[in-house]
Amino acid sequence: MRYVEEFRDPKAAKGVLAAIARVADEIGATRDAPVRIMEICGGHTHAIFRYGLDKLVHEGIEFIHGPGCPVCVLPMSRVDECVEIAERPGVIFTTFGDAMRVPGSRKSLMQAKADGCDIRMVYSPLDALELARRNPDREVVFFGLGFETTTPSTALTLQQAAREEIGSFSVFCNHITVPPPIKALLDDPHMQLDGFVGPGHVSMVIGIHPYDFIARDYGKPIAVAGFEPLDLLQSVLMVLEQIRDGRAEVENQYARVVPEHGNPVSLAAIADVYEERPSFEWRGLGEIDASGLRIREAYRAWDAEEKFGIGYAVGRKKVEEPEGCACGAVMTGRIKPTACPQFGRGCRPDMPLGALMVSSEGACAAYWTYGGARVVEPAE
Amino acid sequence: MCLGIPGQITEITDPSRLMAMADVSGVKREVSLAPVADRPLEALVGEWVLIHVGFAMAVIDEHEAAETLEALRGLGEAQEALEAMEEGARAFDEPAKVEAAQ
Ligand code: SF4
Repeated sequence: MRYVEEFRDPKAAKGVLAAIARVADEIGATRDAPVRIMEICGGHTHAIFRYGLDKLVHEGIEFIHGPGCPVCVLPMSRVDECVEIAERPGVIFTTFGDAMRVPGSRKSLMQAKADGCDIRMVYSPLDALELARRNPDREVVFFGLGFETTTPSTALTLQQAAREEIGSFSVFCNHITVPPPIKALLDDPHMQLDGFVGPGHVSMVIGIHPYDFIARDYGKPIAVAGFEPLDLLQSVLMVLEQIRDGRAEVENQYARVVPEHGNPVSLAAIADVYEERPSFEWRGLGEIDASGLRIREAYRAWDAEEKFGIGYAVGRKKVEEPEGCACGAVMTGRIKPTACPQFGRGCRPDMPLGALMVSSEGACAAYWTYGGARVVEPAE
Repeated sequence: MCLGIPGQITEITDPSRLMAMADVSGVKREVSLAPVADRPLEALVGEWVLIHVGFAMAVIDEHEAAETLEALRGLGEAQEALEAMEEGARAFDEPAKVEAAQ
């Protein structure tokens, strides 16, 4: 219980931990036959490690770290395409800082910038649009990256560009959606999952019903959770109680921020600007059906893939992951980061080989940062 | 990148574009109110919102804002977001190398 003391409300946390232990015992969860709960969101992965929640909960609970970090699932080929766009004459390539260090097969955006490309880190796609207003003789491309939390921001920015008829602005769209990879994991016969902790801020946009299939079609419980340690523990308890009671439902632990039906303005903007791609490539997971978004016909003029004849607009090259890199197995929860042969050897936060080591939300970076006793596998 | 950060709306800066100034832990940042503009903009001044990459995604109460900030600070993500905002501001004054070369 060493770390509970640093929680905002240690007393409440202890209460929930005790309740978790009780229910875990009731359903017979043990270290050898654990209940496996996947936290989908990379922000949750980060919080679990930061607060050592995996060590604080009953030993019969195992956290499986999900694919919910957009930087981590970005395939090398997409980074290569970014670099290719950035190298075109006259382009100002704009990106969130998180994506700068993701390795490509030739170079990362950071290296491309050092080599003279005009690449700028922005906080918001609105900053990229402002750059386009101020530099009318340049092509300003924004690297649209992220799940449903981020998707509305690029959709709303594109709508604004269209209203102002700023033709020198475009978006390289890499937006992905949460439900399809969850379905892919549930369809994977090697995957044993008993329940899910659902992403908080994604759900603030899409609401809780996109997860209905998890309960209805696969009979698995899910609780959408906030980011405080107490939120996470409460949602784990909700999942365990569902398992004990033989229920499978979508519950909303984070109702104070997540409306049942999401954010209508954001959803309307997404629907107006984007449509599903037939499939999209995920690092470590391969192509997943209907898991990515592309820009609709009506907004083609602002689609960087069309404008520069790159990516899914033309034939794509398959780029192999680097030798000995186990990102895919880690991302699907099949192995822990420490089991990757490159962990701490060829791959460290200061010289990442895989993307899971780049972002603070990646499982490998979390293992590295909060390393030591807390991440050592349970002793036999 | 996936986590929003709470900020307080201080003034409406451009009603036609639904833009407002927000105070995010002492950092001033212009944000879009589009996702929460289902009410008169003026009614949002003084409100706390969850800001994600420059967009106010949800109105939250002050208590929730304080707790979320504390959780983000604990994760180091509050610092990350504030740095990203400051880094983003620098995007505008960076010399345009390609242009200079032409
Ligand atoms: S240690 Fe590096 S190479 Fe191995 S799985 Fe993690 S990110 Fe990938």
